[in-house]
Amino acid sequence: MKYLKFFALGILFGIALSKAEVISWFRIYEMFKLQSFHMYGVILSAVLIGVVFMYLFRTEKIKDFQGNPIHVRAKKSGKYRNILGGIIFGMGWALAGACPGPMFILVGKGAWSILIVLLGANLGAFLYGILRSKLPH
Amino acid sequence: MNLLLQTWPWYVAGPIIALVTFLLFYFGKHLGVSSNLETLCSMEGAGKFTDYFKIDWRARKWNLVFILGLIAGGFITSQWMTPNEKMDLNPKTIENLQEFGITDAGYAYLPEKIYGLDQLSDVKNLLFLLLGGVLVGFGARYAGGCTSGHGIVGLSNFAWASYVSVAGFFIGGLLMTWFILPFLIKLL
Repeated sequence: MKYLKFFALGILFGIALSKAEVISWFRIYEMFKLQSFHMYGVILSAVLIGVVFMYLFRTEKIKDFQGNPIHVRAKKSGKYRNILGGIIFGMGWALAGACPGPMFILVGKGAWSILIVLLGANLGAFLYGILRSKLPH
Repeated sequence: MNLLLQTWPWYVAGPIIALVTFLLFYFGKHLGVSSNLETLCSMEGAGKFTDYFKIDWRARKWNLVFILGLIAGGFITSQWMTPNEKMDLNPKTIENLQEFGITDAGYAYLPEKIYGLDQLSDVKNLLFLLLGGVLVGFGARYAGGCTSGHGIVGLSNFAWASYVSVAGFFIGGLLMTWFILPFLIKLL
């Protein structure tokens, strides 16, 4: 039962990304060709609303369900890791036309070839784990 | 019913994404899909190879349940909420893709030429899909997040690392789409 709410939130997220075609290879291609506002609209509107509740968290106007202040964890930061990792990720995003969330959603849609991409994504995460000590961060 | 079947505009999807992000924080968690890739590696025993994967995946079970929800969400939309109309892509996009022999732009979510099940017997297609995945998985963990963790959470929280990462996403994506993809698609 404890986990049911996360399942429900996943379903809602999955439906929204499907219905707005964010899971479509064509939409990602169109976005990187700068030929549509659609994808930018999705990201920007989510971020702008996010800015508001991040402010409400910081000023403790909103607390979590147990009444504790909500602290947003700092992202891992480094001189090289964000820009280099970002570029590599972006190349994959444009090639596969899907980032990690949509990959799982596409499995549910029965697009079976996405399983190859997911396998690759797991392999990529594994390779990072192995090579981590040799990479500049 | 029409609302369920038609495509949702960005100003519906964006706020729902924000709502899910908010509720995850409210329940003491945080949105971030690509960390599940690490968790899956760790469950598959990758901790034998490097300490990086020696994590207590049980503490991340909620996030695995979240991705099960994503799969269920995909299933629900494909069964009961699939639009009957064509995707409203820019005609220029459709034209650009026709030059690569991709003729089904807008009629499906994924191009048949790349993702078609019949194409999987071709090793070039397998490598294309595998490479896409490897770059996404490797890049996301190197950068410390993907479109959800950096793109949504990090940008809203004014995290500098996320601004740099998202700039990287777009540098990489533009390079791929404009210069490398045309070459790779011709090979398929």
